[in-house]
Amino acid sequence: MRVLIALLAGSLFGMGLTVSGMTDTAKVQGWLDIFGAWDPTLAFVLGGAILPMLAAWAFANRRATALLGTPIPAPSEPVIDRRLVIGSALFGTGWALAGLCPGPAMAVLGHGGWPALAFFGAMVAGMIAQPHIPIRVPANAA
Amino acid sequence: MIPIDWIFGLIGGLMIGVAAAVFLLVNGRIMGASGLLGGLVDGSGRGNMAERLAFIGGLVGMPLLLAFLNGAPATNLTTSLPILVIAGLCVGIGTRMANGCTSGHGVCGISRFSVRGIVATLCYLVAGALVMFVARHVLGVI
Repeated sequence: MRVLIALLAGSLFGMGLTVSGMTDTAKVQGWLDIFGAWDPTLAFVLGGAILPMLAAWAFANRRATALLGTPIPAPSEPVIDRRLVIGSALFGTGWALAGLCPGPAMAVLGHGGWPALAFFGAMVAGMIAQPHIPIRVPANAA
Repeated sequence: MIPIDWIFGLIGGLMIGVAAAVFLLVNGRIMGASGLLGGLVDGSGRGNMAERLAFIGGLVGMPLLLAFLNGAPATNLTTSLPILVIAGLCVGIGTRMANGCTSGHGVCGISRFSVRGIVATLCYLVAGALVMFVARHVLGVI
């Protein structure tokens, strides 16, 4: 059942990314290009996605477990550390350069040809390498 | 008249939000693309590999199916291999370092009023806009 729901959620996520135009890197890069031909579409996508999740959290916060018995994930400690800030800035850099974040990178994997495969391969390599990259600050130093 | 792209963005965004809501309320899981893939490739998600694989299967498979039925949508992805590799590495390392990307920190975090999610989103948006400005309008490489 968990696997079936995961397949369903992944499929709906993939459909939403395709319908919204977020698999088109020109639209994503247009959103970030505030000094050029700015394209606000991404704001509608993010806003549209947040709406159902506001309702979902309002419901989930009154329950201890999800429907299939798994505990509702606890909120993270509000710790703003260098890992969060530097990691997010690094992510934003790659996001701007290619116009892909991890969700759309997977959504275009099947039909995006060799450039989609190359980006995905590099992204996975980065994910595997990350824990082995020494950072000078402890995880919680801020 | 509201541009049609914005309406498709909103509809696709709602689909993404419903997918995240189902994944949270039924499976008790945060729908974060980088976390789901990252745990799969670095082995840290050993306890729920099937769930991760099914989600990613849907996320890759549904857009492929849609491309098969309606023709592949334009990705406008760059064909510069160095840019694809650098961008992919930045996204892979950055999202794992920060523990999230647009879906996890953005969609699921902001809707929960998570301080980490909101700070991460601001960081990748600001970094993305700056890199876009420098790479497109100063250096002219993208």
